[in-house]
Amino acid sequence: MPTLVSHPDEVRVLSRRFGQGAANIDKYIELDGYKAVQNAIAQGPEKMAGWIIDVMKASGLRGRGGAGFPTGMKWSFVPKTSEKPKYVLVNGDESEPGTCKDHVIFLEDPHAVIEGTMIAGLAIGSKLGFIYLRGEYRYLLKIVEKAVADAYAKGFLGKNIFGSGIDFDVITQTGAGAYEVGEESALMESLEGKRGVPRIKPPFPAVVGLYGGPTVINNAETIASAPHILLMGGEAYAKLGSERNGGTRLFGISGHVERPGVYELPMGYNLKRAIYEVAGGIKDGKKLKAVVPGGASCPVLTADEIDVGLDFDQMGKAGTMLGSGGIVVLDETVSIVEFALRTISFYQHESCGWCIPCREGTDWIKKTLTRVYNGGGSKKDVDNVQYLAENMMGRTFCPLGDAAAMPTLGFVKKFRKEFEDYIAGQKAGTPIITVEQLVGAGH
Amino acid sequence: MSEIANTIFSPELADRFDKLVTIYPLKRSALVPMLLYAQDEVGYVSDAVVAELAERLDLLELDVRNVLSYYSMLRTKPAGRYNVQVCTNISCMLRGGYEILDHCKHTLGIGHKETTKDGVFSLEEVECIGACCWAPAIQVNYDFHENLTPAKVDVLFKMYRDGKGKDEK
Repeated sequence: MPTLVSHPDEVRVLSRRFGQGAANIDKYIELDGYKAVQNAIAQGPEKMAGWIIDVMKASGLRGRGGAGFPTGMKWSFVPKTSEKPKYVLVNGDESEPGTCKDHVIFLEDPHAVIEGTMIAGLAIGSKLGFIYLRGEYRYLLKIVEKAVADAYAKGFLGKNIFGSGIDFDVITQTGAGAYEVGEESALMESLEGKRGVPRIKPPFPAVVGLYGGPTVINNAETIASAPHILLMGGEAYAKLGSERNGGTRLFGISGHVERPGVYELPMGYNLKRAIYEVAGGIKDGKKLKAVVPGGASCPVLTADEIDVGLDFDQMGKAGTMLGSGGIVVLDETVSIVEFALRTISFYQHESCGWCIPCREGTDWIKKTLTRVYNGGGSKKDVDNVQYLAENMMGRTFCPLGDAAAMPTLGFVKKFRKEFEDYIAGQKAGTPIITVEQLVGAGH
Repeated sequence: MSEIANTIFSPELADRFDKLVTIYPLKRSALVPMLLYAQDEVGYVSDAVVAELAERLDLLELDVRNVLSYYSMLRTKPAGRYNVQVCTNISCMLRGGYEILDHCKHTLGIGHKETTKDGVFSLEEVECIGACCWAPAIQVNYDFHENLTPAKVDVLFKMYRDGKGKDEK
């Protein structure tokens, strides 16, 4: 079971029910559960959808899956009338290396996800929501399934929810192992019983999504934030964060820190402070080398670049991304050559093969870096890796190609000298993986 | 009685599948969960599983195989009773994931996607399992085990060998 952590700098909105047994529906109700959805319904059928969307827009909430798209705006894009049914889709396919925040939400507060799904449904006029969890999260799926069954038993889901005259159903779904399915259109394919390959956009899901109907798809954390936002008000939530980055979010701090864990911090919180204060600093008193700030796909920051605010805009200015909030901390002993190879090996394994630049690019970068790692690299290999990565950018249906190229470019640009020194025989860091391990069966 | 005559599944699972195919706007949506749940019971996705799922969903066996080959958790050959999945992705790697993998290989005497002779354990190196803040982590079937050391792995293996390990389906 995940260990819950806490720090005085945390601002607990989304995590305020963690550790209190809120997976139990009665406990959840006692802790203001299912109040937000009733507040929305109390606005009356005419005003309800507009009210929810206005509050969400005012909150400044931006998608917690990684892209950071404003949630209220996303919901407002769904056409009011549609011949085909509309759907709400909750993305709990959490697979970005370094990210385990949704894991804790499903475990500690599954009803917040259900209530958020209902709110999104009321906002767009949908009668059916899906909560999709990655296949590995079976024990969490069972917790969510129990929560859904309890909500039906209380009459919160199903026909005429809270006397509104509106029906709303929730279906839970398991994946079966695929990073790519975390991409919104690939997730829809998977949910339609197909291989999880991405769809071309446009049309966007808000217009043509699941089963061809207008669909809102949000990350589980985004959805779980909605009830809290409706309860506290959009403006109050926005104020907790930084400019254009409303509220708080869950940051998973992992790697070489003293107190790894999932912490809820205000948007814009200083990254350096998050590492040295909140997570207790670098493990065993070692020196910091680098930080991957928002999951494996985010370009690396060097130790000198971490005095920066954790929000979408400030991280963008710093040349990287806030991503999924998974902060991976690397101490001075880490070989960047090895770390870059492990990162691209992941993307090579997970590339679905649909788009050639991604399928071939990840494979050739992996091959080239393997040769470098193996001691047979030439100086030109570093240029080749950069060239390959640059040619993947923006040339694929879905962002997996970019997700593989961006960290690769970060490594070879910021640590070019380490690659060159490694190739010249002065190996920096201490490799902990043998070549056999890296290119072994299955990878 | 199952909707399918001569079903290969237990009455409970057959019953569950009868219901599952009715809850979606499109029947085929049940395919990915059905493949995984069938594997949980049968041990792998056998030819007979493919044939029955195709029949239940009005699909060609080819359609089922096309989906089956995409998802990394699905397998077409049996594994050990306890499938040990070791994460070596970045967060686990930094905290000893490869040490854990090597220890498992050494202790069990098997490599990636291999099964011990007695059929008790199989081993697999897997990508991120979403336990980054509690690394290094492994899954044994569906159960997570976190903050591991080689010594803790030894204790874990002994528990599973003695039939006392956690094994939720």
